[in-house]
Amino acid sequence: MSHRVEILDAKTREKLCFLDKVELGHPQWYPARQSLRLDPKGKSLKDEDVLQKLPVGTTATLYFRDLGAQISWVTVFLTEYAGPLFIYLLFYFRVPFIYGHKYDFTSSRHTVVHLACICHSFHYIKRLLETLFVHRFSHGTMPLRNIFKNCTYYWGFAAWMAYYINHPLYTPPTYGAQQVKLALAIFVICQLGNFSIHMALRDLRPAGSKTRKIPYPTKNPFTWLFLLVSCPNYTYEVGSWIGFAIMTQCLPVALFSLVGFTQMTIWAKGKHRSYLKEFRDYPPLRMPIIPFLL
Amino acid sequence: MGRLTEAAAAGSGARAAGWAGSPPTLLPLSPTSPRCAATMASSDEDGTNGGASEAGEDREAPGKRRRLGFLATAWLTFYDIAMTAGWLVLAITMVRFYMEKGTHRGLYKSIQKTLKFFQTFALLEVRIVPTSVLVTGVQVSSRIFMVWLITHSIKPIQNEESVVLFLVAWTVTEITRYSFYTFSLLDHLPYFIKWARYNFFIILYPVGVAGELLTIYAALPYVKKTGMFSIRLPNKYNVSFDYYYFLLITMASYIPLFPQLYFHMLRQRRKVLHGEVIVEKDD
Repeated sequence: MSHRVEILDAKTREKLCFLDKVELGHPQWYPARQSLRLDPKGKSLKDEDVLQKLPVGTTATLYFRDLGAQISWVTVFLTEYAGPLFIYLLFYFRVPFIYGHKYDFTSSRHTVVHLACICHSFHYIKRLLETLFVHRFSHGTMPLRNIFKNCTYYWGFAAWMAYYINHPLYTPPTYGAQQVKLALAIFVICQLGNFSIHMALRDLRPAGSKTRKIPYPTKNPFTWLFLLVSCPNYTYEVGSWIGFAIMTQCLPVALFSLVGFTQMTIWAKGKHRSYLKEFRDYPPLRMPIIPFLL
Repeated sequence: MGRLTEAAAAGSGARAAGWAGSPPTLLPLSPTSPRCAATMASSDEDGTNGGASEAGEDREAPGKRRRLGFLATAWLTFYDIAMTAGWLVLAITMVRFYMEKGTHRGLYKSIQKTLKFFQTFALLEVRIVPTSVLVTGVQVSSRIFMVWLITHSIKPIQNEESVVLFLVAWTVTEITRYSFYTFSLLDHLPYFIKWARYNFFIILYPVGVAGELLTIYAALPYVKKTGMFSIRLPNKYNVSFDYYYFLLITMASYIPLFPQLYFHMLRQRRKVLHGEVIVEKDD
């Protein structure tokens, strides 16, 4: 059964537009799942696109594609980050059935292990708070399957790292307190840096808008890294994990850092490329993620 | 996919879909997208233009050939001929051994150098196309894993019957596959080779997988006893690795991977041999 929808001006009752032959019956295709495009295999049109500005004649043909179940970015981020926070603590407190029973609920005698727990927890609490209060997302949703993929990654690595760091047979860093202090300094600086960048990016974009601008250094010295890289938030993030790896001298942490670095480099390069495409006057000195190198 | 016609397949370097009969040990990604499926198809074996052009083929006219540089074509032709020859030599050696000795004991030992050489040579098969480098890479690494980390490293299992099982499967598969490529490149593909390529796998694939799994299973007791390739705590890098459990997980991974690849191959077969139009699930 098909419907006809008319839209009239509220004041003048003038007919503004009408939709004819509307077939109802797919309530599961909520807006976030809809992809409309000019070509079946082409890119999705944006919400902001205006029909008049598109290369169509008087009869426009649009192709619909169902993007599949969607989930909001905020939900994904919160789940991704809450997991590691909680999981690490399970290992830190040596909850039963992880290590031998004689170690249940015991505490490590190494200071660095306690410090590592504080750093790791701080890192993920910071991420959760940023997700709730700082970040402004340009997309509302992502495909549902991403949450399984992402959570496996974050939760899996968190468990793997936490297992060794909190293990009764953990070996503290070779160079002792010096190594830990240096690593802690790197970690703290990079966490502050990362946060500063997130704030700077937030301030670039007014609430509710989806505009994109070139980010520039602000008065905050941590943002001066914008002079050299497009995505200093990723740079600082890698730095934080390198700091954590040095602090714990744990190979799984180093591997996690490496994998994260690889992924962030891919993202940074993509972002860098879009900046270059969108802005003619983009600062030429900038590299995607590592100053002068990458 | 239009390219999977004789004409298209005969185009330089055009690897048609499906790695017939390849008992691929660990097969990676699920072909849930046409690009993935496409890259699985061609890139299982090669990648190159295989991967990219499979995906691109959706938009290009069927039968349109990919033009590879002369150097690349020359190299590929040499490579394919060399691999066909290598696996043929392997097959003949195996048959002769069995005819002379009447047993499979010592068979592995007699062919191991040749096997290692040609299977490792397959590392050169990993091409530059980004998506398929991953798939082909995993494919080749799993073969390398089998040869170097199982049969080479765990001597006691070399005389197991299961080793012969996968050796036979691999040999027949590779001979078929590389001669398919060779003739495709040379623009003279006999139908029976195409037929072989898209039918042998139906038997060879499960046979190969069975051989591999049984071999790994046979190796387990030795691995556990010797603690080989393993690291224990405490150590200064705070990491541990247990090869025994790693092998168990590897065996388990066959369960999701094998059916995916097998059905993918069956779909490729229907397309190529029976010209069925099968719509792949899109992104």
